[in-house]
Amino acid sequence: MILLRLTARSLWHRRTTALLTLLTIGVSVMLLLGVEKVRTETRTSFANTLSGTDLIVGARSGQIQLLLYSIFRMGDATSNISWQSYQLVAKHRQVAWTVPISLGDSHKGYRVLGTNQDYFKHYKYGNRIPLSFEQGRQFDALYDVVLGADVAEKLGYKLGSKVVVAHGIGNASFSKHEDKPFTVVGILERTGTPVDQTLHLSLEALEAIHIDWKAGVRIPGTNVSAEEAAKMQLQPKQITAFLVGVKSKVATFHLQRSINNYRKEPMLAILPGVALQQLWDMVGIAEKALMLVSALVVVAGLVGMLTVILTSLNERRRELAILRSVGARAWQILLLLTLESALLTLLGVGFGILLLYLGILLAQPVLASQIGVFIPLSALTFYQWQLLGVVVVCGTLTGLIPGYRAYRYSVADGMTIRV
Amino acid sequence: MQAAIELDNLRFGWTAETPLLSIERFKVDRDERLFLQGESGSGKSTLLNLVGGVLEPNAGEIRLLDMGLHSLSKTRRDAFRADHIGFIFQMFNLLPYLNVLDNVTLPCSFSRNRRDRAVLRDGSVEGAAQRLLGHLELNDPALLKRPVTELSMGQQQRVAVARALIGAPEILIADEPTSALDVSNRDRFISLLLQECEVLETTLLFVSHDPALRSHFDRVENLHHLNQTEANV
Repeated sequence: MILLRLTARSLWHRRTTALLTLLTIGVSVMLLLGVEKVRTETRTSFANTLSGTDLIVGARSGQIQLLLYSIFRMGDATSNISWQSYQLVAKHRQVAWTVPISLGDSHKGYRVLGTNQDYFKHYKYGNRIPLSFEQGRQFDALYDVVLGADVAEKLGYKLGSKVVVAHGIGNASFSKHEDKPFTVVGILERTGTPVDQTLHLSLEALEAIHIDWKAGVRIPGTNVSAEEAAKMQLQPKQITAFLVGVKSKVATFHLQRSINNYRKEPMLAILPGVALQQLWDMVGIAEKALMLVSALVVVAGLVGMLTVILTSLNERRRELAILRSVGARAWQILLLLTLESALLTLLGVGFGILLLYLGILLAQPVLASQIGVFIPLSALTFYQWQLLGVVVVCGTLTGLIPGYRAYRYSVADGMTIRV
Repeated sequence: MQAAIELDNLRFGWTAETPLLSIERFKVDRDERLFLQGESGSGKSTLLNLVGGVLEPNAGEIRLLDMGLHSLSKTRRDAFRADHIGFIFQMFNLLPYLNVLDNVTLPCSFSRNRRDRAVLRDGSVEGAAQRLLGHLELNDPALLKRPVTELSMGQQQRVAVARALIGAPEILIADEPTSALDVSNRDRFISLLLQECEVLETTLLFVSHDPALRSHFDRVENLHHLNQTEANV
């Protein structure tokens, strides 16, 4: 107890260097925990984005690419699939439901998704949670649009607001469908998934706004008004992808194989869980590299602490000699210096946790809007506590180096310093 | 008279070829106040580390309070020193990050014997510290919580005396404790020190190079005469 008190008082006496050491360790611990937290929360966030869907079907490309553009709104589809092929699968006897997805347009940087009302019925996230409305209802009329929570909040839209969809997915597209504005009829509850950053409208509406367009530009000389378009045949010819729910899980693989072997159109059916795992396998290397860098930063922090303590040791030989003269044993001197490192590391870890939560609080909105990952202010996981435990043990063991040197000094110096 | 400190055929050198100390016989009786005069570099500090049990002699025997230090392990020697010996050094011998009270009570944190004796005599360790500081004319209660760095050199040395005497160790070893004090402060300090040793029946081994202090003590020895190394002879 006396040693702990002496350590604390001694550190307080040297508080400027102690605080700098704390800052070094704190920042390195924050980085380590931050990388780990972003990693786990990203995984959780991705895993929570879609549930209850057995297959995702799109044009033949890569598993990960299909998963990313259809569910996470990342990247673009290389090609579309025909409405006939979609209908063929939708009517398959093993298929319970399907949700068509059509992507390609945007509004002020947010993706526009064309679908039908089955989307609101079958799309589930988290632990099979269905979508629900914070305000309003599903789209019904042709020019109705339903907004994700972030879109409504960030752009300040309310029910009844007018929205003009832009062609393409650029943030500042010059090709806008200004002649066919949409009316906001519903705002979804926040889900913590890319749904929050999506504008939802019907497939027919997407057809309507593109009826006088071809290859990304308006056909010269044609001008079909919103009302005229509404009266036209608006069944889509192509869609980007569709989600499938099967009647029996046993049939999933059979159906997947059938779709992948379909000769009339090259399609790809993927199991969302398998594709996600493939994605993690791919990014796992980058994650490990990041963790390694963070661990090295922690090592640098601990080496910094070691340097500070070793540098101060020569100046503290008189202090150690005084302690010896009042009865401190040589092993207690070793313990004193080791305790100092342990205390500094422990406080540094505490400071690091504080910095982490402060960082999350500040970065939360940016991360959510920029990469669609919501990092909650949740408690540390067992693994994260284990990481911190390793840091504290390493810090304490580091203290054995100056501790042993102090022990040698105190054995050689005794109660008077020999220099 | 029983001996507090006894050295018999003591030999010590940092290397075997260059002996630093060679003392055939040296004895300090219990309750005696002995002045050991020695020039700088004569081996005073080494002798104190030998008596304190921090260093081990190359040959010979050191007995404190009839206990042979050679029969004790290093850890037991440390414990014996903590229990039975108080030390005062010339300057900067207080911990700057502790206040006056904490500096004085520090030895009781490392020795159960001294803590028990302090509690038995004064009710508490803090009470013992206050009594000793009072005797050494540091009565102001506000002083107790002050950082020692704010005290004058004379006050610091008196705090060091209180620390060395708390828990009534049988032996007090003072190594040049007056070298940083002016003459008036020095005489006042020695008078208070001797007075307190008298009250507590503490054996005092006072080591200094300053011959002007000899008159205050029961007996005077010269390390130069005691040390029989070739260089000295």
